[in-house]
Amino acid sequence: MASSFTRILSSKRNVGILSLVGGSVAAGFLLHREHVTAGEPLRRRYPASAEYPDLRKHNNCMASNLTPAIYAKLCDKATPNGYTIDQAIQTGVDNPGHPFIKTVGLVAGDEESYEVFADLLDPVIKERHNGYDPRVMKHPTDLNATKIQSGVFDERYVLSSRVRTGRSIRGLSLPPACTRAERREVERVVVDALSGLKGDLAGKYYSLTLMTEQEQQQLIDDHFLFDKPVSPLLTCAGMARDWPDARGIWHNNEKTFLIWINEEDHTRVISMEKGGNMKRVFERFCRGLKEVERLIQERGWEFMWNERLGYILTCPSNLGTGLRAGVHVKLPRLSKDPRFSKILDNLRLQKRGTGGVDTAAVGGVFDISNLDRLGQSEVQLVQTVIDGVNYLIECEKRLEKGQDIKVPAPLKQFK
Amino acid sequence: MSDNIERISESMAKLSMKWLSAEDEYPDLSKHNNHMAKVLTLPMYKKLRERVTPNGFTIEGVIQTGVDNPGHPFIMTVGCVAGDEETYEVFKELLDPVIEDRHGGYKPTDKHKTDLNPDNLKGGDDLDPKYVLSSRVRTGRSIRGFCLPPHCSRGERRAVEKLSVEALAALSGDLKGKYYALKNMTEAEQQQLIDDHFLFDKPVSPLLLASGMARDWPDARGIWHNDNKTFLVWVNEEDHLRVISMQKGGKMKEVFTRFCTGLTKIETLFRDRGHAFMWNEHLGYVLTCPSNLGTGLRAGVHVKLPNMSKHAKFEEILTKLRLQKRGTGGVDTAAVGGVFDISNADRLGFSEVDLVQMVVDGVKLLVEMEKRLEKGQPIDNLIPAQK
Repeated sequence: MASSFTRILSSKRNVGILSLVGGSVAAGFLLHREHVTAGEPLRRRYPASAEYPDLRKHNNCMASNLTPAIYAKLCDKATPNGYTIDQAIQTGVDNPGHPFIKTVGLVAGDEESYEVFADLLDPVIKERHNGYDPRVMKHPTDLNATKIQSGVFDERYVLSSRVRTGRSIRGLSLPPACTRAERREVERVVVDALSGLKGDLAGKYYSLTLMTEQEQQQLIDDHFLFDKPVSPLLTCAGMARDWPDARGIWHNNEKTFLIWINEEDHTRVISMEKGGNMKRVFERFCRGLKEVERLIQERGWEFMWNERLGYILTCPSNLGTGLRAGVHVKLPRLSKDPRFSKILDNLRLQKRGTGGVDTAAVGGVFDISNLDRLGQSEVQLVQTVIDGVNYLIECEKRLEKGQDIKVPAPLKQFK
Repeated sequence: MSDNIERISESMAKLSMKWLSAEDEYPDLSKHNNHMAKVLTLPMYKKLRERVTPNGFTIEGVIQTGVDNPGHPFIMTVGCVAGDEETYEVFKELLDPVIEDRHGGYKPTDKHKTDLNPDNLKGGDDLDPKYVLSSRVRTGRSIRGFCLPPHCSRGERRAVEKLSVEALAALSGDLKGKYYALKNMTEAEQQQLIDDHFLFDKPVSPLLLASGMARDWPDARGIWHNDNKTFLVWVNEEDHLRVISMQKGGKMKEVFTRFCTGLTKIETLFRDRGHAFMWNEHLGYVLTCPSNLGTGLRAGVHVKLPNMSKHAKFEEILTKLRLQKRGTGGVDTAAVGGVFDISNADRLGFSEVDLVQMVVDGVKLLVEMEKRLEKGQPIDNLIPAQK
């Protein structure tokens, strides 16, 4: 009996075809940088219906959109790196979610995941990003900080300002799927580029495996150090493998520009400072990002980006700009007003505690940031935060004086 | 290793190799202390990363848990797992020395004896119940042809569950029982299983999580036990099946007899349905963790040894008897009220009867020592030679 397997990879970039005939191997395949783990087709002895996950108790975007039909269509496909739908959805299968919080429930293992598994990812993106349809819409990228209006907050209320995003290096797999060598290559490429930053951006890299006790303590005191992820949402996706190999923190000497390497994404880029000068924070953010991009391009690399989805990151929730611009702001009175949530909603803002996502607010101080990531540009989102926070401060001031406040009209999305 | 398997595995591995070299991929094991880290050199890694089992399991799958869990300065963990039966062949160069190190010098050419005839056990029905509170024997079994928990797909895991539940449903007499699927059990059933100390939870140990065994929890996991609550089977926890025979008191022979009878019956029921357990002459019963090869057997008692445990030579005596101690919560727990879990330290290279005999004889001796110490008498002339 001739056992023959053909594996056709649906990927726009590279197509590899493997065939095994009989007991001996006559393997015909195209040699590319990325190969495929051909083990999968031999193993699949069960129909898609036997493999389909039990999602009846689940409440996440993946579970809402992964029908048996879509699963059947995707379960025999793989990206050129060998990443499969089972791997992409593992985190969502393992973490059913919470009745009130809707998590995404899937990740990308590489850039091609967004293409090969588009039948699932497009509806998930649409749901998560409030109707943004990647099949027909285009995402605007705009890192021109000069367009920002006002952007310096009242420092009696705003304690600190921060903008973060992520960037992925094209050609290397993302944290859920990368091998140790790929992860180390990401580290090498980025650290090499960062060493070319000058002036107020000049800085130093601290590798998690090599840092001294002293350096570690300093990074903790500066609130820069990140730990091995404990959230099962992240660990089930395989992002914490080989910890702490090839992970590290880079920051400039002034401690206002910080980059995390190989945590949840290839890089997370953060610009921050005490006080309310969001405009300056964003200006440094844009300048730093553009400079890093230039430096990696000089070395023959580029960021993962496309017109449809903007900047490509591990979690579909961070597509587009991947940008979260936020402040720590004192709103003791407003936060107790029953209209607070509605006001935030209409301003397209979200609140978090001062420890970040999943923490509580302390002393009436909230972390307020943009809700949206995709479908609006960086400039638009930061302006939304600036306008929104100014409005919140106005409300707080009015409540201080015993005056009433108004719930603003909801902002239009996808300007 | 069959020609067919070798050729398929080598060529498939070539296809999975990326453009980055073995040196780039080799894990940093400089801070590690587990069996895998002691054995996996760069030249070995280079060789093994070019292979893959017919089910697509690679060296990365084998070692991931050991890379992610550097270990403990005092406890030597194994640091590698099998994704299927073929793992032990395809990655021999790594697993043979790990097995040799872990199992007291067991060589790649050694043969393992299986003996599940309880008549061969001498004594074992008269451990003093004033000291021995409970007796228990456990092992694991894997169903040939299905991938093991680190690597199985949902479809495979469900097939293992289905086969197991069907086979167990055919048990009769004092072995007749019922299956409780983790995802379907009622609150009342769950509480009862907890009260009986039968319920197992989703693993929390990073050693297990890092190997991928907890994927898709609680899908296709469950607990079967007989109506008498003396024979219990875990389905799809750390292995396909974990089989446990237990009862209060010190009648280890009774426990072991039920264990052997039950296992043999289950094996027959599987064979009737066209399935065999993973077993071979060299490694005995094949399980996920190399530490459980051979018999996969842990026979133990909960025994009161408040005086003995404070004796300076307690550890030494246990080692001589080829026994180990644990707290009453199982591995990695503390002893409470001087009650210890005492069991065989070995798994491979001794038969089931051999190991239970060691426990029976060893515990008998420990209880005698405890009684002497109670009366303030010395125990030096009771201390045995190394077994």
